[in-house]
Amino acid sequence: MKPFPVIAIASGKGGTGKTTVAVHLAAWLAAQGRAVQYLDCDVEEPNGHLFLKPVIDTTETASIPVPIVNAEACIACGKCARVCEFNAIAMLKKPLVFPELCHGCGACVLVCPAGAIREEPRAIGVVESGHAGSIAFAQGRLNVGEPMSPPLIRKVKARRMSEAIALLDAPPGTSCPVVATVRGADFVVLVTEPTPFGLHDLSLAVDTLRPMDLPLGVIVNRADEDRRVQAFCRDQNLPLLAELPDDRRVAETYARGELLFERLPEWRGFFDTLWKQIEARL
Amino acid sequence: MKEFVVISGKGGTGKTSLTASFAALARNAVLADGDVDAADLHLILAPEIRRRTEFRSGHAARIRADACLGCGLCAVVCRFEAIAATTRPADETRVFSVDPSACEGCGVCVWKCPVQAIDFKERICGEWFVSDTRHGPMVHARLYPGAENSGKLVHLVREQARQLANQENLDLVLVDGPPGTGCPVIAAVTGTRSVLVVTEPTVSGAHDLTRVLELTNHFNIPTAICVNKWDIHPEQADRIEAAARVAGATPVGRVRYDKAATAAQRQGLAVIEVGASPLADDIRAVWKNWIDFTSGMPKETP
Amino acid sequence: MKVVITSSAQTLADPIDMHFGRAKFFILADTETGKAVVHDNVQNLHAVQGAGIQSAETVAKLGAETVITGSVGPKAYRALQAAGIKIALVEAVCPGTEALRRFKEGDLPVLDKPNSEGHWV
Repeated sequence: MKPFPVIAIASGKGGTGKTTVAVHLAAWLAAQGRAVQYLDCDVEEPNGHLFLKPVIDTTETASIPVPIVNAEACIACGKCARVCEFNAIAMLKKPLVFPELCHGCGACVLVCPAGAIREEPRAIGVVESGHAGSIAFAQGRLNVGEPMSPPLIRKVKARRMSEAIALLDAPPGTSCPVVATVRGADFVVLVTEPTPFGLHDLSLAVDTLRPMDLPLGVIVNRADEDRRVQAFCRDQNLPLLAELPDDRRVAETYARGELLFERLPEWRGFFDTLWKQIEARL
Repeated sequence: MKEFVVISGKGGTGKTSLTASFAALARNAVLADGDVDAADLHLILAPEIRRRTEFRSGHAARIRADACLGCGLCAVVCRFEAIAATTRPADETRVFSVDPSACEGCGVCVWKCPVQAIDFKERICGEWFVSDTRHGPMVHARLYPGAENSGKLVHLVREQARQLANQENLDLVLVDGPPGTGCPVIAAVTGTRSVLVVTEPTVSGAHDLTRVLELTNHFNIPTAICVNKWDIHPEQADRIEAAARVAGATPVGRVRYDKAATAAQRQGLAVIEVGASPLADDIRAVWKNWIDFTSGMPKETP
Repeated sequence: MKVVITSSAQTLADPIDMHFGRAKFFILADTETGKAVVHDNVQNLHAVQGAGIQSAETVAKLGAETVITGSVGPKAYRALQAAGIKIALVEAVCPGTEALRRFKEGDLPVLDKPNSEGHWV
């Protein structure tokens, strides 16, 4: 096993307990004296900080490069507008750039025959890092109204420290933000709940992640007498890492932004077992 | 014809469960599932598909291995870490390939390749459906695993739902929206008559609500909010409603925490359909208040 | 002068298309000679994003001085402005011939800012 693995915590369905698992795993590992870093990749709605309450010491604006056309050098050939796959450049009398549509790919700069295009950064959000006790912390916050999160997610992941276990708290869903988060991880934990929506979205997440060849494991949160998720895991050869019980006190503690270990000490045992299950599969 | 959209900011607050009950309460509505990334509404509404259409969007680069020189210029210009080198087993020469899940579809590698060894075909990203349900016609979609650009498919689902409402003389389109604040949510809410944000009485719910209200304010959309599972933390529910008012949104009711919600979902039914209950009463009240809130709004300007 | 009318079908007798960006057809009409040529806009209906911008480019290439339509989103508006093309606004669907007549009579207000919200981006 690598000494400092990268473990992503994802889900498919929102609200199953990704952040709960990620912050408690971070707190558990730190309590065992392990070097651990929590990275909040849910840049649209980052919540880890509400529980870990980090001290932030670095804030950096995250930008993507957008084209600026030098009107004098421009020969109005229109190649930049034609090559742009995202319709971010319109060819009128001179090229007109729509920065909010630009993905920062650089195609226009590449094809311009007159070298008339340079790039300038456009801010899309911030990346912050700091620490919560001995837990290293990083998160991204996408500016509200910005459509694309993957560029910011990549920048959050770039803050990964080489000498700590990295826990990536993923956004919900199964499309590009989740893919951007889990790429390159050593293990993906999928947190689900024993409901039809939970099971359905878990199967969608598995369909997305399986082709990426990442080792997967499942946690059933709010587990009760319904065993359909467990049956699905067996059928799909998905390791069941843990079952966390349905307990209203957990919801109430979570609602207050508190970690569970104080009020519900038996949860330390759950995370001890969970970590051993993950470690055994790394 | 009016369009109402249900969103949440934070995932898992109960958007889809509530929308299923609203679908049962609404008369003359077209239903739309705008959460194309992880669609769940069909699990309650059990749609019978009348028509399915492929959804194509953008392109994907693919290097033709036998034409590849192994020069690596494509990997140098790719800004999305989508191109990597491998070795040909036959003669151990270097060859490059594109990871489709990372490919942004920008075409830079296609332009840069000195021997035009890179294909750039249109991507089939998913499919969308027009269906019948016991509560009316429904437009929904499925994004294929790992696909991107769900904003466009969300927009398409809404557009098709509106067209269907016009064709069948129905006066309401009810949209189950996606979580978050990014492109799919923006696509779900722009130009809509009213948005209902379903939130929960937790610090996470409060935090995420602030961001989602910034979004709806930015687009000038009349916004209502509803605190689901409110009794888990009543003081937080109070705080959330107060903060919502300050942000210009209108609380239209609270729904209690009740395992009957999960029980109904497991039966494939909306809570309203299971029979009378205090939970069902809560949901009815929210629906009625939301309708009243939108009726009391100034008339739309053309 | 040359104007473009956004149209739901191929002739001026047909109803206009109220939405500029994803209009099905553009009819280029000469207000003096009355000559009209129709242009298909179907590739834009499937555009990934920025359909309104592409429509503005098309209209600019056609050499129109004014666009007659019902609603224009913020990006399309910006593009039309950059191209120096004016926008004459029709408030409700009517046949293209009527929109053109009202424009010639100076009956249509000029749009001085976008009157439609943008779409997903």
